[in-house]
Order: sequence, then C-alpha cells, then structure tokens
Amino acid sequence: MKNEQNLTLAFLPVGTEAKVTNINGNSAVTRRLMEMGVVPGVLVKVVKTAPFGDPLEIRVRGYKLAMRRNEAEAIEVNEV
Amino acid sequence: MKSKIPDSRFQIPDSETAVAQTIKGQRTKEEGQILIALAGNPNAGKTTLFNALTGLKQKVANYPGVTVERKEGVWRLDGSGQTARLIDLPGLYSLDAASLDEQIARDVLTGKLQNLPKPDALIAVVDATNLERNLYLVTQLFEYKIPVVIALTMVDAAEKQNLKIDIEKLSKLLQTPIVAVKAKQRIGLEELAEAVLSEKGRNLNLESGIWNLESTKDNSIIFARYGFISDVFQQSVKKYEEKDHDFSEKIDRVLTHKFFGLLILVAVLLLVFQTIFSWATLPMDLLDSGFGALADFSRTILPEGILADLVADGIIAGVGGVLIFLPQILLLFLFISILEDTGYMSRAAFLMDKLMSRVGLHGKAFLPLMSSFACAIPGIMATRTIENPKDRLATILIAPFMSCSARLPVYTLMIAAFFTGQTVLGFLSLGAVLMLAMYFLGIFVAVIAAFVLKRTFLKSPTPPFVMELPPYRMPNVRTVLQNMLTRAGLFVKRAGTVILAISIILWALTYFPRNEIQIPDSKFQIPNSEVQTEDLAEGEQLKNSYAGQLGHLIEPVIQPLGFDWKIGIALISSFAAREVLVSTLSIIYNAGEEANEESESLISAIREARDDSGNLVWTPLTALTLMVFFVLAMQCMSTVAIVRRETNSWRWTLFMVGYMTGLAYLMAFLTYQGGRLLGFG
Repeated sequence: MKNEQNLTLAFLPVGTEAKVTNINGNSAVTRRLMEMGVVPGVLVKVVKTAPFGDPLEIRVRGYKLAMRRNEAEAIEVNEV
Repeated sequence: MKSKIPDSRFQIPDSETAVAQTIKGQRTKEEGQILIALAGNPNAGKTTLFNALTGLKQKVANYPGVTVERKEGVWRLDGSGQTARLIDLPGLYSLDAASLDEQIARDVLTGKLQNLPKPDALIAVVDATNLERNLYLVTQLFEYKIPVVIALTMVDAAEKQNLKIDIEKLSKLLQTPIVAVKAKQRIGLEELAEAVLSEKGRNLNLESGIWNLESTKDNSIIFARYGFISDVFQQSVKKYEEKDHDFSEKIDRVLTHKFFGLLILVAVLLLVFQTIFSWATLPMDLLDSGFGALADFSRTILPEGILADLVADGIIAGVGGVLIFLPQILLLFLFISILEDTGYMSRAAFLMDKLMSRVGLHGKAFLPLMSSFACAIPGIMATRTIENPKDRLATILIAPFMSCSARLPVYTLMIAAFFTGQTVLGFLSLGAVLMLAMYFLGIFVAVIAAFVLKRTFLKSPTPPFVMELPPYRMPNVRTVLQNMLTRAGLFVKRAGTVILAISIILWALTYFPRNEIQIPDSKFQIPNSEVQTEDLAEGEQLKNSYAGQLGHLIEPVIQPLGFDWKIGIALISSFAAREVLVSTLSIIYNAGEEANEESESLISAIREARDDSGNLVWTPLTALTLMVFFVLAMQCMSTVAIVRRETNSWRWTLFMVGYMTGLAYLMAFLTYQGGRLLGFG
C-alpha cells in the first residue's frame, strides 16, 4: 500500500470513494479542476475509465466529471 | 491580441480586456428599454429559457472580430408592453479563465462592448440537480455589482434524485430572489419578469463577506467561494439517501462501456452518415433540377447573350451547385444538435480522447473531424466547441483532409471510367477498395499533419480535458431546430456572397475572350461523333478562354503528374468546388453539360480522349493520380471562406491552402512517377 499522503486520484481504483486533501500545482488545469468543484475536503469517486484506460470519469458534488489520468495526478486524496 | 489572453485571465473584472471595444461614443441605449443578460453553466437549461422568454424575436450574430456567438432577443416583461433586451451569454463554468467565451462574458458584464451598455440585471440560470457547481458561477456574478435573479431549473429532476431544496432559505442565504422555472411549460416566467423588474436598479447592499472577494491569481478565492457554497447548500438542501446509480449512470454503463461503447459510437456515426447520404439524395436531386429549371427559365426571360449566360451559367449554376449541399448540412446539424442536446457528444469525446490525444488533439476534435466526411464546412463550424485556440486551429487545418461528399463525384467518375469490373482477391470490387483507400489516405495524412502542426507552429501544452459529462436528457425540439436553422442560415448567406463572387469570376474566365464560333479544325478530336455543334462550340470557346490559356500555362507544372492542359482547366475550375471537375470535364470533352459522374458519354469521352499527337491522355494511373490529388488538395472556395471567418486570419487560411495543395502535388507526383517506374501507365 502506498503512503496515503501521496495517493492521488489517478491511482484510485474504480468504484472507490475518497476525500480530496490537496491540489498540487497552479496551472490552468488545476484551476479549472477547482472551479469545477474539486477542492480540498470534497468527496470524489472514480466511476470508470474510458476504453483505453484514459480519461477517468469521476463523481463530484453530485455530477460527473471527466479528466485525463495525468490531470488527476494533481489531486491528492485520502481513501474513506 | 492572442498573447494577451493568458495574462488577462485572472484579472479583476474591471480591467481592460483584449476583446473589449473601446469605441465608447457609439453606445446607445434605447429609451426605457432595459438590458438583461442571461448567464449560466452549460446544460443548465439556459437556451431553453432564452427561447421561452424571447420567442422568435431573436438575432444571432458574432461578437465583433471573434467567433463567439452573440444571441439577443426581445423579452416582453409584462402585459403593459414593457420589453427588455435579453442577451444570452455563452455557457460558462467560471468567469476567470482564459477562454474566449469567458472573456466575452466579462466584457458584456462590464459594459465594454460596442452598442451594449452594462446590463441592468442578470438572470443566473441554476440547475437544481447540480446546485453547488452552478452556484459557483453565481458567486462570481455577484462580484459585478449588478442585481441578480436566479432562475432555478430542473427542480423536478432534483426531487427525483431525493434532493429537496428550500428555495426560500436559499434565497435568503444568497440575498437574491430565486424563481423556480419550467421553461418548456412556461411555468414561472411571469414571476421571473416580476422579480427582474423589482430587482433592477435596486441598491445592492452586499458589503459583507463573499461579495467583495475579488478574483486573484490565488486559488484561495476558489476555496472561499466553495466554502461559502457548501455552507449554503447544507443549510438549504435536504438530501435523502443518495441514489448512486441514477438513470444516466445506467445508460452510461452501456454507452461508455470499454467495448460496447466504442462499438455503439461507430454504429451511431455510421447511422448518421448513412442517413445524411440517403435522406439527402432526394432533396438534393430536387434542388439540382430546380436550379436547372431556374437556369432554363432565366434564359427564356432574358435576351440571348452575355447577360443570360452570366445568370444561367455563372450565377445560378455556381450558387446552385453549392446550395445543393444544403440538405446534407441541415441533416448533419440536426444530428449534431441532437447528439449535443442529449449529452452524448461529451461521451464521444470521452471515448475518443485517448486516441485523439496521441496526435495532440482534444477528444472534442473527434466530432468536427467526423462531420468533415460529409462536408468540411459544418465540421469547421463545429470546432467552436474546442476551447483552446491552437487546438481549434489545428483541427480546422486538418479537417478538409477528410474525404467530403464533394469528392465523391470525382472518385466515382474516375472509378467508373477506369476501374470497373475488376476485383481484388477475387471478390472485393477494385472500385470499393480504391474508394476506401482514398478515405484512409485522407485520415492518414490528417493524423500526420496534426502531429506535425502540434509540435511546430501550434505548439502548446496539452489543453486540459476536464469536462463535464452532463446527465442524459431528451433533446428539446425547439433548441435542436433553431440550432440547425442558424447554421444553415450562415451557409446560405455565404453562398449568396463569397460563392456568388467566385462563380462569376470563374464563369468570366471560361467565357472571355469571346471568339466567333469557328468550325473546329481537324486536329481537334471529336470523341463522340453525335455531339451537337453547340457543344463543340463550347469546347472550342473553353479552349481559347482565359481558363484555357491558364490551362496551357500550368501544363508544364502538371505534366509530371500526367495531366495535360485540358485536365489543367478542370483542375483550375475545381478550386472553386471539387465536384466542378465533373462538369468542366464534360464541357471540355463536349459530352454535353447534362453529363454527370455516371453518364456514359462522359466516361467514354475520358477513356478515348487523345492529345495532339494522338496518344491517350488518360490511363488508370492518371485517374489514380487525380484521385490522390483530390484527396489532399484544398479545392473548395466555401471552405476557404469559412476558414477565413472562423480563424479570423488570412495568414492561416492561405497557409492551409498552400500546405494542403503542396502536399497534394507532392503525393500526386510520387503516385504518378512511382507508378511509371513500376511499369504502370
């Protein structure tokens, strides 16, 4: 098991729920993610991955959000 | 201007932005008419509400200098006849980011645009099923110090999801009136008007807390806004046990399934294109014969001579030749609108993003490229959904490589003339294989071109994919039809302007200089002994026209491709539109203007055409070379015009014409010379 501090959304198994602890970096991507509601403290769940393993579909604040795996790497989570 | 965009993205609303018009003197405000802007997240029901409020009284145009659509309508606020100008802002998630839509929205809210004063009130469309994220935009709207009224949509759907919203409480917490609306059933619209009327001009007393936070580069503002929203949400919304597997998720189990999802996507596309081709045939034929009849009619009412020729052969034939594609465009946009409105479009982007990102494109580029198989024009227009300007440009630059329907007549003619009745591997028809090969050649070159462009001229960091997968909804008939008609209107408008001008120029090139009708000399081959003298005269005229002279002029250039000057004329005229090749060839070979790609007289004329020294002009290799050229060359004035409009740059437009046609020449050269080395032709 990975060190929980460094677990990111990109490596969260499909179907698991987690709490966002931190968003790394300050790019257009991370800003957009936060504007879409992915901020520390919010619950997220990986719903599925697309046919070639990328992008991911997650559920946040009651809606579905798609993002690429490398974008999800910026989102640190704690499994709940 | 472009370089300014990234810098201005986090600036506070009042700062100058690049798109703002600074001509302040021209601002007008009609006496007594108030201006209201409609803002909201994509998929929140904003368009439906806009349509319900304005009815048919709407104008669609572009904001000056950019391709963001500007929708405006007149809203009758009450029985006394008071009206308001209603501006429909683009769908937005936020007002801080760099996208053109968001910049324009900021400019509208700050009153920076020409002829558009600062709005008197805002209507924020908020989707009750997605309250938290929708309220994020609302918290940003508050910062513009304009009275806001919230139109709460999809309350029923929220209740079905076990969300009970205490509207009164929410309204109190947000210090903003909230009206629940059902736009389709016209419920809540009067209340909305009342709320807007009583709200406009209200002195805002929003001194405290969240309203005064201004956008900074710091992300803490986002946390603060969402912190506030979570608070409000918890106090005003009761959530019963959360339904984890809602209706949309059930559909998605199939539609975005790793295997079936892709299969269904392919099936959907096949269905769309099959339908476009088969359904459009009848109206296209009708239009075709309609324009033919119109041309004949114009000849009967106009005195014989140059005017009649101009109207019939230049204007009606040219513009008609393009307007024939209207049914296809209508159908394609019908499907695009339905796919978009139901929510399937973003699933298609989700499914295809991995493949598209391999060449550096966004998943959203998939659909415009697919549409381009029907016609590059709607395809290029559909790239508007791609937010990143460089990605959008790259998609526009490769879209015309997709074999569009205008290439079909060319492929069909060449195959009918030289490759019929032959099979590959004993059972596949050579024609079908060649046809498929042409489509794949286009895709292959497009992929390479995208790869190269994204690493050279259009180098940019991979744009974020972060994209909402909205819940599936029944498409709104009104929205779908309106969307379709707007696009079609743009197409017709272009046909009436640019295409008209080009048709007249091309007609003039083939018409002048005018010679007296001569009896053809013996060297001129007559492939079909029963041709009428009129056709002969036409062939002779074409030979001596400016177009004919141009054909001779470019002959040295196209000789390495195996083309003679007559094919040269057809090539030149086909730069107006690819399918013009067929009609030009039939004029050149005197097969009569009635000829089409399947007419026997044209096919045999091509097969038997001989050059001045009596050698056959065409071989199967020449035909193949011509097909390769047509796959890659940028021969469509309508596309050139639309690219100019969508990129707002002649430089990129000319670049596209240049690189595509250069590639076409190179590949045709390799095909012909390679074929000869291998002993063909």
